[in-house]
Amino acid sequence: MAIMTLREALRQAMTEEMERDPTVFLMGEEVGEYNGAYKVSKGMLAQFGPMRVVDSPISEAGFAGLGVGAAMTGLRPIIEMMTWNFAIQAFDQIINHAAKMLYMSGGQFKIPLVIRGPHGAAHMLGAQHSQCVDHMLVNVPGMKIVSTVLPGDAKGLLKSAIRDNNPVMFMESELLYGFEGEVPDGEHLVPLGVGDIKRAGKDVTIVAWNKMVLFALELAEELAQEGIDLEIIDPRTLQPLDENLIFESVRKTHRLVVLEEGWGVATLGCHIVDRVVKECFDDLDAPPGRVHNHFVPMPYNEALEHEVMPTKERARAAIQEVLYR
Amino acid sequence: MPAPTNDQLIAFYKEMLLGRRFEERAGQLYVQQKFSGFCHLYIGQEAVSTGCLNAIRKKQDYVIGGYRDHVQPMVLGMTARAVMAELLGKVTGCSRGKGGSMHMFSAEHRYLGGHGIVGGQAALAAGVGWKIKYSKEDLVCLCFIGDAAINQGQFHEAMNMAAIWNLPVIFIIENNLYGMGTAISRTCALKVLADRAKGYAMDQAIVDGRNVINTYKQMGDIIENVRKTSRPILVEIQCYRFRGHSMSDPGTYRTKEEVESERLQDCLEQLKAHLLEKSLAKETDFEKWEEEVAEQVEDSVTFALESPDPELSEIWEHVLA
Repeated sequence: MAIMTLREALRQAMTEEMERDPTVFLMGEEVGEYNGAYKVSKGMLAQFGPMRVVDSPISEAGFAGLGVGAAMTGLRPIIEMMTWNFAIQAFDQIINHAAKMLYMSGGQFKIPLVIRGPHGAAHMLGAQHSQCVDHMLVNVPGMKIVSTVLPGDAKGLLKSAIRDNNPVMFMESELLYGFEGEVPDGEHLVPLGVGDIKRAGKDVTIVAWNKMVLFALELAEELAQEGIDLEIIDPRTLQPLDENLIFESVRKTHRLVVLEEGWGVATLGCHIVDRVVKECFDDLDAPPGRVHNHFVPMPYNEALEHEVMPTKERARAAIQEVLYR
Repeated sequence: MPAPTNDQLIAFYKEMLLGRRFEERAGQLYVQQKFSGFCHLYIGQEAVSTGCLNAIRKKQDYVIGGYRDHVQPMVLGMTARAVMAELLGKVTGCSRGKGGSMHMFSAEHRYLGGHGIVGGQAALAAGVGWKIKYSKEDLVCLCFIGDAAINQGQFHEAMNMAAIWNLPVIFIIENNLYGMGTAISRTCALKVLADRAKGYAMDQAIVDGRNVINTYKQMGDIIENVRKTSRPILVEIQCYRFRGHSMSDPGTYRTKEEVESERLQDCLEQLKAHLLEKSLAKETDFEKWEEEVAEQVEDSVTFALESPDPELSEIWEHVLA
């Protein structure tokens, strides 16, 4: 096991796959000469040259579409979005083109494309730079979605995403590129569509992903002092979702709280609750709880921003509610 | 590019005639409710497809286009059966009945689709150009867009990327003067649409797409130049569609006189006159070709009508690879 940062893990994943497969290339804003807006691609231009690490114009729809076209004809593009907020410009290419091509061509054109970048709020970036689009995209058939911040998972999942023959939307976190964690040595692949138990516990199942996993782990340590034992499930891949892992956990704890960053209306959290209520109705001892952002555009002010995001207070309250405490 | 040979000219005529009669029959079937959805007919623009796509290396060079896509794939070699069956949503269609009128695809013919989002295919074409350049191939990509697509942001982004990276893409504006029911003169400040190229320091050309001989020659030169230089170009091919934008078009936005005067320049009639004038064909030849084409179209209709729908299980196929 090596200890490395999230950005190093992501870079290793891309570098290893580019060394292994000459059809893989990286394109995006500032990925080359600037070494990446968040230094994820640092040094890659020097190693692979300008045809494989490509600085794009600020044209998210354009270069996402370029990625789709290149994928249709045999390349395996990695498209870096400086943030998923900017990727909203490219939603036409993601939703109308990447996700539809295989289906509407009757299976003739597969799209082995990864679009990756930081997702969710960081710190005081204001309304346009603090969004969660994962719940918009989980509603689109024809692609996979990964959301992860732990370096070991991130490396293994990104390598799998690059090898996958489908469009994979890969969501990281701006605040956590410097976050350190263990990464297994040697060839390390984590399969898409398989969740992970980040903390085993017996009292309440918490489903959380991306940076909410770290939030949940911290909260679990605090609540452990108070005699509440959380089990934390990280789906890692949001689409397809590892439902069975969640069901198994709920059947054990009989209680569920979904902790998600995002605006709470028609989200993946809603879907998870819907599925659990349907499949585990008799196992539940309390109505499932949900913690999410307040339904307002993200304010700039630090205190307001903190309050809009899921807070420990709201998370504790939701957990206590399912425990009838 | 040398002028087309006499044999080629006759083949062009028959090909354009097939496109014309196929679309007329598709229009009838639509009115008879044999299929539904959208149906955008190509009638009047046949010389564009025939002129451009006979000048490429078929099955090697890539072609991508918009939703007026029934005729282009046939010029590339797809059968009338596969296109008609797709219109009728049958599993024998080129996209297994899952694409429909706007989404013809053929990997075999490197036809990368009919696309339904105006201008979206321009960005895809930049990606195809990128692949050709990345793989150091001796190929080009032809990207057909309608005149109104030049007002889309993605068209601009694609043109810019093709220009800065010298991607071997030939962007072809099929200028039939109307984006749906809105005259292009009302939505674009430029008199000459090809002038959009100036904003990208890109080469440009204008082609009279009502004349197939001319289109073939000019496009042949353009294509071979792009193949050699890997410099993209924006080509405006001027043409006209005789039918409405789609089957539900009331046609109130243009005059009868305009349509009638355009019919005098019908690409099919122009080529027929040329063949007669040069004594390359007799009236009886045209009658014979009409019969041959009618037979081919009817064969495609029979095939499509008799083909099965996709199995319901097909719903779940091809969602993910």
